[in-house]
Amino acid sequence: MIAAPLLEARGVGRRAAGGTWLLCDVSLSLHPGERLAVLGPTGSGKTLLLRALALLDPVDEGEIRWRGAPVADDAVPAFRRGAVYLHQRPALFDGTVEENLRRPFALASADGVRWGRERAVELLEWLGRDESFLTRGAADLSGGEAQLTAFLRALQLDPQALLLDEPTSALDREAAAAFERLVEAWYGNRPGERALVWVSHDPRQAARMTGRAVELRDGRTV
Amino acid sequence: MRPEYLDLTAGQVAVAAALIAINAAISLALKLGMERRLLVASVRTVAQLSLIGLVLEWVFRVRSWPVVVALATVMAAVAGFAAVKRVSRRYPGIWLNSVVSIWASSWIVAGLAVGGVVRVDPWWEPQYAIPLLGMILGNTLNGISLGLDRLTEELVVRRDRVETLLALGATRWEAARDSVRAAVRTGMIPIVNSMMVVGIVSIPGMMTGQLLAGVDPRSAVEYQIVIMFLIASGTALGTVGVVLLGYRRLFNRRHQFLSHSIRSV
Repeated sequence: MIAAPLLEARGVGRRAAGGTWLLCDVSLSLHPGERLAVLGPTGSGKTLLLRALALLDPVDEGEIRWRGAPVADDAVPAFRRGAVYLHQRPALFDGTVEENLRRPFALASADGVRWGRERAVELLEWLGRDESFLTRGAADLSGGEAQLTAFLRALQLDPQALLLDEPTSALDREAAAAFERLVEAWYGNRPGERALVWVSHDPRQAARMTGRAVELRDGRTV
Repeated sequence: MRPEYLDLTAGQVAVAAALIAINAAISLALKLGMERRLLVASVRTVAQLSLIGLVLEWVFRVRSWPVVVALATVMAAVAGFAAVKRVSRRYPGIWLNSVVSIWASSWIVAGLAVGGVVRVDPWWEPQYAIPLLGMILGNTLNGISLGLDRLTEELVVRRDRVETLLALGATRWEAARDSVRAAVRTGMIPIVNSMMVVGIVSIPGMMTGQLLAGVDPRSAVEYQIVIMFLIASGTALGTVGVVLLGYRRLFNRRHQFLSHSIRSV
């Protein structure tokens, strides 16, 4: 018997206010250890699909399953810590980098897990930064630094799945390379268990970072 | 000795109207472009107040509780709609949210006022119930308007943060809390401000009215204090109510922020 996928979309559809389908009958599954790219032109529904997978938007048809079962309403926050969605331009909160990294641990879904400075410093080292980076003001960071900080904030939660929405599209080459290294390090830590979906408009990056791709056109898989 | 109450004649009202004509003349001379609006506003003032004068005269005369309740319902509904009219962003259900909040908060507070504070007998005595409700409604309407305006603005401007929090495992309440708090605070600003300066820089309308009617100042002050508390609690209740109802419309049970349902008007 094949184990249930980690994350699965079954016949997912999403309609616009006018009734046209933005996503139509999309099915895909992501197994532990898998790295999936979602490709397609602008407006093809890539972000909508990723947001639907993260349960950030309601869907009009179909369902999203996590570990073989639909996610109950109350379990949605905990699910989102296990399958973290990273926005194309994630927001940082007011305050320092450290305050940003601490923020998710102040939420109810942290369930008593405390923020660990050592873990954060270890992650920073992967990026070639030292502890002093923690005291930087979030407002003073460059676009690349902000994106990497947001990514660290997500990685600290130790997610099993990452849902990445064109994460390097606003980054320069150096920051994009650092981002990719960080993804590799996260994945390589537990290769058979972790999985990711990477929305990209760059087929070369997709080929480099993932093992399989689905393509969307007008909200449908092709 | 209680001073005599001076009734106004139509001629005296006309003298006051002449003051508006002076304003209109200034507007014309300086090309402020305000004269039309000023004229319309003045005509509306006369028409609306005359109408409510007639209605109140009738309500006071028939003295029947169904009539008082019906008038109070209409007043609350109109206030609910007026509150949304001034909000620059809307979402589905905003009208109902506004009417329900203003209706519930003003009736609860006015009910406590006539039944528990002023102890009117019968409780629906129009001479007390209608003006008290009117005072509460007028202020609650402002709170609801400001609260809704701020809530939708916060959520639109801070959408990225709200979404980021949700993506990091926040519950809908954790994601919306800052915006809800800001909205309630904003809705309460006018009443808190006026409570701060009442009697120092302003003599409120009701107290002015009572003084003009010859009520002794101490009694007028007591009424005004009660009224301020009623207004403040009505505003707080209405604002908190409408903001929470709005929050529940904009965040569903699956902890999803329905940002696309907020539209600018």
